[in-house]
Amino acid sequence: MTTIEVPALARVEGEGGLFIKLENGRAVEIRLDIYEPPRFFEGFLRGRFLQEVPDITARICGICPVAYQMSSAFALENALGIKISPRVRALRRLMYCGEHIESHALHIYMLQAPDLLGKQSALELAAVAPDIVKNALRLKKIGNEILKVIGGRSVHPVNVCVGGFYSWPDTASLKALLPDLEWGLNAAIDSVKWAVTLPYPDLEIDYEFVALHHPEEYAVVEGEVWSSKGNKVSIADYETRYIEEHVKHSNALHGRTADGNTYLVGPLARLNLNHEQLLPAAQKALKDSGIKLPLKNPYKSLIARAIELVQFYEEAIELVKAYQPDGPAHVELKLKAGEGAGATEAPRGLLYHRYEIDENGLVQFAKITPPTAQNLPRIEADLFALAPKIVKMPEAEATLTAEHLVRAYDPCISCATHFLKLKVEEK
Amino acid sequence: MSSHKPTVAVHKFSSCDGCQLSILNMEDELLDLASAIDIAYFLEATRAEKPGPYDIAIVEGSITTPHEMERIKEIRSESKTLVALGTCATAGGIQALRNFANADDLASIVYAHPDYLHFLKTATPISEHVSVDLELWGCPVNKAQVIEVIVALLNHRKPNIPPYSVCMECKQRGTICVLVDKGIPCLGPATQAGCGAICPANGRGCYGCFGPYREGNPKSLSTTLQNIERYPGETARLFRGISGYAPSFRKTADAISANVKEAK
Repeated sequence: MTTIEVPALARVEGEGGLFIKLENGRAVEIRLDIYEPPRFFEGFLRGRFLQEVPDITARICGICPVAYQMSSAFALENALGIKISPRVRALRRLMYCGEHIESHALHIYMLQAPDLLGKQSALELAAVAPDIVKNALRLKKIGNEILKVIGGRSVHPVNVCVGGFYSWPDTASLKALLPDLEWGLNAAIDSVKWAVTLPYPDLEIDYEFVALHHPEEYAVVEGEVWSSKGNKVSIADYETRYIEEHVKHSNALHGRTADGNTYLVGPLARLNLNHEQLLPAAQKALKDSGIKLPLKNPYKSLIARAIELVQFYEEAIELVKAYQPDGPAHVELKLKAGEGAGATEAPRGLLYHRYEIDENGLVQFAKITPPTAQNLPRIEADLFALAPKIVKMPEAEATLTAEHLVRAYDPCISCATHFLKLKVEEK
Repeated sequence: MSSHKPTVAVHKFSSCDGCQLSILNMEDELLDLASAIDIAYFLEATRAEKPGPYDIAIVEGSITTPHEMERIKEIRSESKTLVALGTCATAGGIQALRNFANADDLASIVYAHPDYLHFLKTATPISEHVSVDLELWGCPVNKAQVIEVIVALLNHRKPNIPPYSVCMECKQRGTICVLVDKGIPCLGPATQAGCGAICPANGRGCYGCFGPYREGNPKSLSTTLQNIERYPGETARLFRGISGYAPSFRKTADAISANVKEAK
């Protein structure tokens, strides 16, 4: 009998630990301990004015604040029956490109790659491969620059509002990003070439992939919720199929489908479901990589992220070139009581929000389903699937392989903790 | 500084990770910084851990659980200099909104079985639990200010953090006052500089995420703002936001609520 225990997972967003108990070559107990303290966002959102919501929900996560702002804004716009203009929509997509770029570059190079290259951190990697890390930092910085030009700063940007943006960003400052974006597109293409050469552990899982789908674009801000099992529901009907279940043994709320299955959201799901909507350079990067879809190895979500990095650089270039501020940057709000849902693709996967507001625009109810809460049951199930392999490994290697699996998901524990119970070991 | 590189530990408490991310976001300076200091503990960045004591502890987040109360004391005891990083660490942050409500009620809104949770009724700044050597405000902190703090500590000098309000930053960047010109409620006159006055530059009012400006007069500002509210209760909500548990903002919002009750 062996026990693998990682009291504090490194290179993940938020605080979590991992406990695996192995007996006769199989896992008898697996716990992803979430000790990230709860912060009760859905509680204190009640009574706040709707225009405060994007600024408040941004604080759920420092790595993907834009995702929270976007899902909130779309949900509240739906509650008010507002339609944003095509120019505002394009700017939201551009802003989201910035967040996907910074988050993916961070995860690929600084959070996951050290595991594949036998290093403790990107800083350690920099000592032996400085160019990789310097390019990674530049790739990441350009994403942050997009956010800074549009939103004033990269963490908790200030320009998103219900109805659009407070103001149009300066055209010259956006266009000035083009040379860096062109560099980034090439560096992202190189990232895919590099990513396919890395030594991923073998593990194939028969996932149900779930992501937004849009017929005309690689879905990020709007679309239908598609599942690889063929199910399609509108965002408004999301809760009819995707539910949070209170799992008795774990004291955690876990995302499940209405028929009781676990499912996977995030870059692997998006790539597998939406690869036909990738832009040409991303299509080519996928084709040249030799990767066969569906990609089912969770460790290889790094490759999916790299292909998306190409996609988001390519899309950012397109949107910056087309950028032409005209007309109002936001719709004036006419308050009325209502209810609205919104979902967008955060870097880590589908992020769903629903709000009820009263006639004064005050929030009466808020529900937020972050990607990591949906993936949590999958991470645990994957660890069970991994157990027979790692039981034969020396302890340090087994621990690292299990830890690496969790990190490959890019779990955002601060986000998920609004829903996850602190787990208590059952005696 | 003696021959050894100063050891730096980065710790997280209740937070969004955004302030420690500001360290990883120093894309141009990170590698130089990493060569000047010994990053002994920084879970978001590395698996490698070195045991204390540490020369510098950088602490993000506020104290919201009994375990965190214990952990911050341990960190204090093994750190020569303790820096509280960001508005959660300096004022409790957004989660300190629970301090104005019944935390048990909030928990039962979010969780089916709040009795399984271990949390404190309040979210409080680091300085309510241990002595803090240096506080840097911001939600998130400004990474240039983080670099200034680290460089100052390495050189045994006082960090140069602007002591003025957001208004000064509007003047510096030539932003026309949104409060005076457009009648948009703005906390700028009562809020510490550091963000670069990005909200007024984007045509909206400041919402106070860098905390109270020491010489500000939030009470007087609140009177002005109450006359131009765009929806009932806007002024009180502005003060009771991200920096809402900072004493001067807290008192201002309390006074507004008391007046509203009296008027009724």
